[in-house]
Amino acid sequence: MEKQPAIELKNITKVFGKVVANKDINLTANRGEILSILGENGSGKTTLMNMISGIYFPDEGQIFIDGEEAVITSPKDAFQYKIGMIHQHFKLVDVFTAAENIVLGLDEGKYNLKASTEKITAISSQYGFDLEPEKKIYTMSVSEKQTVEIIKVLYRGADILILDEPTAVLTPQETEKLFNVLRRMRDDGKCIIIITHKLHEVLSLSDRVAVLRKGEYVGTVETAKTNEAELTEMMVGKKISLNIDRSEPVNVEPRLVVEDMECIDRNGVKILDDISFTANAGEILGIAGIAGSGQRELLEAIAGLQQVQFGNITYNDPKTGEKEDLRNKTPLQIRELGVRLSFVPEDRLGMGLVGNMDIVDNMMLRSYRKGKTAFLERKEPKDLAQHIIEDLEVVTPGATTPVRRLSGGNVQKVLVGREIAASPTVLMAAYPVRGLDINSSYLIYNLLNEQKKKGVAVIFVGEDLDVLTELCDRILVIGSGRITGIVDGRTTTKEEIGLLMTKSKQQGDENNG
Amino acid sequence: MAKESAVKTAHEPLFHVVKRDDMSAGKAWLIRVATIVIAFILVGLLSVLVTGQEFGKTYEIMFSGVFGRLFEGHTTMLWKYLQEIAILLSLALALTPAFKMKFWNCGAEGQALMGGLASIICMIELGNKLPYPVLLVVIFLTSILAGAIWGVIPAVFKALFNTNETLFTLMMNYIATQIIAYYVYIKGGGSNVINPVAEGNLPTIAGNDYLVNVLVVTVITIVMYVYLKHSKQGYEISVVGESQNTARYIGINVKKVIIRTMIISGALCGITGMLLVAGTDHSININSVGGQGFTAILMSWLGQFNPFIMVVMTAIVVFLNLGVAKVADTALLNSSFSEIMVGVVILMLVGCEFFIHYSIKFKHKREVAE
Repeated sequence: MEKQPAIELKNITKVFGKVVANKDINLTANRGEILSILGENGSGKTTLMNMISGIYFPDEGQIFIDGEEAVITSPKDAFQYKIGMIHQHFKLVDVFTAAENIVLGLDEGKYNLKASTEKITAISSQYGFDLEPEKKIYTMSVSEKQTVEIIKVLYRGADILILDEPTAVLTPQETEKLFNVLRRMRDDGKCIIIITHKLHEVLSLSDRVAVLRKGEYVGTVETAKTNEAELTEMMVGKKISLNIDRSEPVNVEPRLVVEDMECIDRNGVKILDDISFTANAGEILGIAGIAGSGQRELLEAIAGLQQVQFGNITYNDPKTGEKEDLRNKTPLQIRELGVRLSFVPEDRLGMGLVGNMDIVDNMMLRSYRKGKTAFLERKEPKDLAQHIIEDLEVVTPGATTPVRRLSGGNVQKVLVGREIAASPTVLMAAYPVRGLDINSSYLIYNLLNEQKKKGVAVIFVGEDLDVLTELCDRILVIGSGRITGIVDGRTTTKEEIGLLMTKSKQQGDENNG
Repeated sequence: MAKESAVKTAHEPLFHVVKRDDMSAGKAWLIRVATIVIAFILVGLLSVLVTGQEFGKTYEIMFSGVFGRLFEGHTTMLWKYLQEIAILLSLALALTPAFKMKFWNCGAEGQALMGGLASIICMIELGNKLPYPVLLVVIFLTSILAGAIWGVIPAVFKALFNTNETLFTLMMNYIATQIIAYYVYIKGGGSNVINPVAEGNLPTIAGNDYLVNVLVVTVITIVMYVYLKHSKQGYEISVVGESQNTARYIGINVKKVIIRTMIISGALCGITGMLLVAGTDHSININSVGGQGFTAILMSWLGQFNPFIMVVMTAIVVFLNLGVAKVADTALLNSSFSEIMVGVVILMLVGCEFFIHYSIKFKHKREVAE
């Protein structure tokens, strides 16, 4: 059964500054099939799809639609080729109804909402959507909003649909419903491309799977002929030996104890559930998980930046031996308790540093309150800045250069350097080597190891499983806001962690219960 | 399949705009100074076009409109010029801490009016009842208080309910204007004019009416520079403005900073109101601030939130204002002409920032990777 190729990508390359987001990608998606694009975060899935839908323009390579070369410079062009993308973040007008949102921006001649509504109802029933066209967006659930987005592109006649992580925001029941709709569309001859990193969804839904890794195309396999283990290996790659120096932990004692922690986000959705673990002094605790599984919230809850609904966060003070309760304290209150908590956040320039300030002023972020006068004391931060520039070999024109002008690796050196200079007892680092070259990465690993030897409780959130398994003493795996396992860093394998990471919520429940 | 890595698709845009980060401060200032020079030449040319006056003569008129017969020893016009700079600068300085915090205070007009109202009430009601020095202190404090209250109301709503401060401060302007209109209506006895009040005027030093204003604003300029650059509060303002996430991360109470900064911003506007009412007009009407609260927004931006650069920028804008007004006057044109010219210059100054921050790359000049 030979299928008709709907869209072919040939040698597509896209570069952002120095970062190669996609390199020489060749990919074919056929009519009447569901193709999954699988890859870890930062593997270039979304960039690739954005080029098909006209948001980015490829630097090199060609796109063929139905065998003809296509030039897609805007989302409007994409619609002319009948390509519709459903983004992760919905782009709807809250105070409009579903029908109004669907016809918005379309030029169908006369504005006739009644006729449009009929057409929408027809589309809904054809594919089995549940949608009330007169319902306003702000009264809708996430899943209903997604339905509106999908019908919006169908209404415009799209027959190549791209869905960017459509299940990230859905409950399992809603996911199943969406999958049924997608299958019906496939049977109708449409070409469906779905971006995801959930293995079990890939296996249950798609006909073929294309895997990307670090911006490069690894290969395409037929779903029927593959399994989780093979896909995991394609996604994370073969084990590379990194030779990170890992010392045996000494003087291990509980430093930070988290019990039954639960957090909800602004919409009342649980983002962390039933989290219990201990971070020990003199140990590196790794946290692994698909991006957005609650790692950020976990660290922010400890740092006092995220409201905690239930549970306890207890800090054992190494000097006094006292127990301090950190739950729902502000960062300032935590510091005033004498807790030396350093935090290297994921968003370096948006949270850890101020991009428009120079290195000296960024050093001051932690220490500017020192001194009794109302004025700033720049002497110490200046010395510290100089010290960090020399010790960590920060490449910068000087200590007065705004940090946003530095390269990613140097920005990170400045941030980590400052956090370590506060001589912490707990050091939390979220994706500290993301975007860094090999040398800078190793410098960071060594800094973390040094801290561990000094008896600091290090918490390291990472995405590279090779690094996690070589650097960490224990690894906590988190999936959908729950701990799916805590494994020994010395004996575990990448495959074991990979499977724990992709374990869904229900599977996690079954295994725990 | 053979590798065709260099294949590019047909339509490539003719040019695209690229953000640049690398221009040195010196070069950037060269561009700005050049822009000012070009702007002045353009103003001259446009004036010649409209008035038919000789090119060189136009600048002569402009100069006389600002400095009068300065070289013959008459300093009246010079002091008027300094006074106008002082008021505009003072408002720009007042807005700057709020702007650095990315709180778009568009209410300098209303905050200054309320400060002025406090002054005039004290002058009228307490003028004969308090000894002069005490009266001055009371005027000073009530003006600060009135401006601060007018500034802090939108800040509280912003901090607690995240209301839009731009709309809020603008609305506060209208309320202030109406309060002034009402007050003038009562006190003016139906004539809608309050005659100049003799009591509670700011002192004249060495026979000079405006010296006090100029001195007060000089002090504010220096204090504001130090406050923004070297005080802990100024540092907090910068952090909150650059990134509220970073501010929370290092334990700054963002709400507190927003409210505190707007108290300062409003209080300084209140002082300006006092300088206008007690120091200049000795009366009040709804046009006492005369839109300078809005021009000050531009001055603060053009000065890049640096008080000393703001001095230069206001000096240029006020120079144009007065100078071109004289040119227009000589040619029997109305004040719209000088407003248009000031608009042209400000537009050019804002426009040159684009070329400092971005460069335009054309298709054929595109660098080839590898």
